[in-house]
Amino acid sequence: MNPTAPRKLKVATTSLAGCFGCHMSFLDIDERLFALLEHIEFDRSPLTDIKTVSPDCDIGIVEGGLCNAENVHVLREFRKQCKVLIAIGACAINGGLPAQRNHLPLPVILEEVYHTSPGLANGLIPNDPELPLPLNQVHPIHEVVKVDYCIPGCPPSGDAIWKVLSDLLAGREPELGHGLLHYD
Amino acid sequence: MSQTFTLDGLSIPFTDGETIIQAATRAGVFIPHLCYHPEFKPHGSCKLCTVKVNGRHTASCTLRAAAGMVVENNTEELNAERRALTQMLFVEGNHFCPSCEKSGHCQLQATAYHLGMMSPHYDHFFPDRPVDASHPEVLLDFNRCILCSLCVRASRDVDGKNVFALSGRGIRTQLIVNAKSGRLADTDFTVDDKAAQICPVGVILKKRRGFAVPIGERPYDRAPLSETALAETAAAGEEGV
Repeated sequence: MNPTAPRKLKVATTSLAGCFGCHMSFLDIDERLFALLEHIEFDRSPLTDIKTVSPDCDIGIVEGGLCNAENVHVLREFRKQCKVLIAIGACAINGGLPAQRNHLPLPVILEEVYHTSPGLANGLIPNDPELPLPLNQVHPIHEVVKVDYCIPGCPPSGDAIWKVLSDLLAGREPELGHGLLHYD
Repeated sequence: MSQTFTLDGLSIPFTDGETIIQAATRAGVFIPHLCYHPEFKPHGSCKLCTVKVNGRHTASCTLRAAAGMVVENNTEELNAERRALTQMLFVEGNHFCPSCEKSGHCQLQATAYHLGMMSPHYDHFFPDRPVDASHPEVLLDFNRCILCSLCVRASRDVDGKNVFALSGRGIRTQLIVNAKSGRLADTDFTVDDKAAQICPVGVILKKRRGFAVPIGERPYDRAPLSETALAETAAAGEEGV
């Protein structure tokens, strides 16, 4: 390793109450991944299977909102360890699809999913102590920690993700113009 | 039209009785707005079109232009205030764009794009607002209502039916249907009403028309709101509206 080369930035990613669609879209930056890897290395991420975030992480990218206690725990770890936190996708930014349950009481949802749905015989509501407890409502991540940047979209396009990351790496304030800024 | 005022340093001609937004639009200057529509009397409620006239905030859809006015419109200060108003509208309702048929043709969404809204910023209310699917041809999804009152004005002033109304005050204001049952099916509302065409967001939707235009090819996907709005107003002007 060249000792004079600038240190690579550590990037951690995670999907909380999301569908991994934003991670798939991240991979849609295609061959630009090679250019990106000149400047960054992945820390905790589904891409590396590392389970904890390094204390000196530079950028944390969080997909998905908060639907259970574990989501909140992971999000707080990301905020604590990462200098810059990016919310990616509709779910992280406004709760997204999982938040469509927010007008229903949690017991009613659990009852329907595990007891009264057609085809369920003697269904049980899962109660293993290892399972994280669901929250009463799904929340976007900015309601729990400070978020530095957002990349909206469901999912954001690979081009939008690339624009924000390349802006940040170049020391520019990220900006998404017409065609890249989408909520759908 | 010998009288003029200045708008962000540009000289804008106007005729007697014209509002600031009317004169600006005719001169090709876009002022963001939601409850204003060129075919209707102004309502002045959304405050998105707020400009500074001689240093004071005022709604440009209700204030008549006067000679010599100095008007600020496209400034970082005013756009930041408009962005905050737009963010409040997003968190007060349930605006889930990925599942909304109006996405890409929604004035609220396009206004947020125009203002560079990257997040809703505020805490979400997640209100419980049941939809009204009673009408055979039109769906009402109150989750997306921004209380612009355009459907109220269209139904009352153009259709002569008075199907809609705003009820309650302050944060409890809501759009209601003027029927004893409160259901759209129990009114004389039809899909051809002006009120069925006017909703700037995704509340009043024609049934069985989903995805007629694919996502990505809709009006505000193709061109930003600032261009589309001016072109639409110009076209309406040529039709003698």
